[in-house]
Amino acid sequence: MSLLSIKRLTKSFGGLTAVNNVSFDVEPGQIVGLIGPNGAGKTTVFNLITGIYRPDQGEILFDQQAVSRLPTHRTISLGIARTFQTIRLFQNLSVLENVLSGRHCLMKSGVFSSLLHTPRQRREERAALVKVLQYLEFVGLSDQAEQLAKNLSYGNQRLLEIARALATEPRLLILDEPAGGMNEQETSSLVALITRMRENGITILLIEHDMSLVMRVCENIVVLEYGSKIAEGSPEEIKQNRRVIEAYLGTEDEE
Amino acid sequence: MQKKYNGKINPRNAVYTAVAVVLAMLPAFLNPYWVDVLNSIGIYAILALSLNIIVGHAGLFNLGHAAFYAIGAYTAAIINTRFGVPVLWLLPLCALTAGLFALIVARPIIHLRGDYLCIVTIGVGEIVRIALINNVFGMTGGANGIFGIDRPSVFGYTVRSPYQFFYLIWAFAGLTIFLFHLLEYSRFGRALNYLREDEVAAEGSGINTAHYKLACFVVGAAWAGMVGNIYAAKMTIISPESYSFWESVLMFTIVILGGSGSIPGVLLGAFLIIGLPEIFREFANARMLIFGAAMVVMMIFRTQGILPSRPRSYKLSKLRAGEGSP
Repeated sequence: MSLLSIKRLTKSFGGLTAVNNVSFDVEPGQIVGLIGPNGAGKTTVFNLITGIYRPDQGEILFDQQAVSRLPTHRTISLGIARTFQTIRLFQNLSVLENVLSGRHCLMKSGVFSSLLHTPRQRREERAALVKVLQYLEFVGLSDQAEQLAKNLSYGNQRLLEIARALATEPRLLILDEPAGGMNEQETSSLVALITRMRENGITILLIEHDMSLVMRVCENIVVLEYGSKIAEGSPEEIKQNRRVIEAYLGTEDEE
Repeated sequence: MQKKYNGKINPRNAVYTAVAVVLAMLPAFLNPYWVDVLNSIGIYAILALSLNIIVGHAGLFNLGHAAFYAIGAYTAAIINTRFGVPVLWLLPLCALTAGLFALIVARPIIHLRGDYLCIVTIGVGEIVRIALINNVFGMTGGANGIFGIDRPSVFGYTVRSPYQFFYLIWAFAGLTIFLFHLLEYSRFGRALNYLREDEVAAEGSGINTAHYKLACFVVGAAWAGMVGNIYAAKMTIISPESYSFWESVLMFTIVILGGSGSIPGVLLGAFLIIGLPEIFREFANARMLIFGAAMVVMMIFRTQGILPSRPRSYKLSKLRAGEGSP
């Protein structure tokens, strides 16, 4: 049974159809790549899944539940987490607090227990901090926990976004160009990180322009062009698909 | 128990303690006029602290905070003069009416951003003031307001002189500082900061941003409502002119000038904005000119306020040490 099932999804902005009748499935435990030339509608698909946009038509099922009409924070607490293409951290807060934001939806303290620091609230805070340190350790940022997010290097900011997303304990993690702005060394440790996340049982859907990364980690690849799906298959199939080569990989000035 | 957040005795805490001790002893050396100035400072400090939750922490511009202050004051005045309920008993009710009012008015406008929200809150403030002048429901006494409000009594002692009010007001300020400090170090306080930093990222990290926007308005308004109660009891007579747009501007300026999101900053802001004009009263009109110029200079050279908010610190070494154990 698919973890995420996208069915005939369509979204237009004014006269532009950004996503046109796109369907694909993500099976549990898979790493799925969503690729396509710039402006193909990849990020729009992500924004539709996480409820930032509402689809004009079509449906998104996460674990059999329709999520496309839910507000974003509800989608997150159901178990979908995401990172952003343009880094969106809480720049003036510490690395630690950035990851703590991901724990928010798993915590319960309200206004009154927050005002009074009840014993339960203190236990919850402590447990959350312990968890946060584990996630920072996992992505390799634990020695920078008290830095402000804006003081991290670009590659580390990407890792911090991943740590923040992981802190929500997602079943599906959506990565929007995680290797964007990373050097080769950072990219290869990112590949290792993605593999480790999958070993921990997280299903991953990613957009990436770095084709070698996509071919290395993804089991299934969906190719979009002008908002429509033009191909879907294993990396080998995609490499040999004529339409994909024409649309994307084949031209001289790409890659 | 709360000490763990303050850590060891550091110079900063020593300064805060010294300031608190000096402040507590000040009435012994001052005449009633100056004690009353300190009382005003205290009232504005608490109002600004409550506004700081909305403006400083959540980053929502609110230039109508006087409306919530007014609701609290009028709730206390009306119930006290009609039914004789002791004023301080009405504190929770004042918090409730002001909070409820905030919930009702903020709900439809909360999705507005920055400047738009700001303009709408100005409107809300003015509507409340004008409604009070027009003797809405025949209960607010119109432009004359309501008089004959009882003095507050604490454990049987009636609070009457400025000296007594000093301790009542500053005790409430102390409680506010303590609770709001705890609020800063909590899931709720952090959520407001996430909201201020990046609303999309906050929502995308699982935070119900609409809920927290409303909640911070309700908490800030409820607190302002309680200050309204104390103000009504202090003055024994209240009228709409005490809740003008200018009051909202003062509170807003205290927060921004002192240090948005910073409790020490807001307190200092209250001392400067309410206290300095009194000290320089002899310069008559020139003082407002100097004051305005000082504010312009401040905003150019120190946009984050005089005492900006500092990042929260967490006791990580302790947690890390305990990490191995389950």
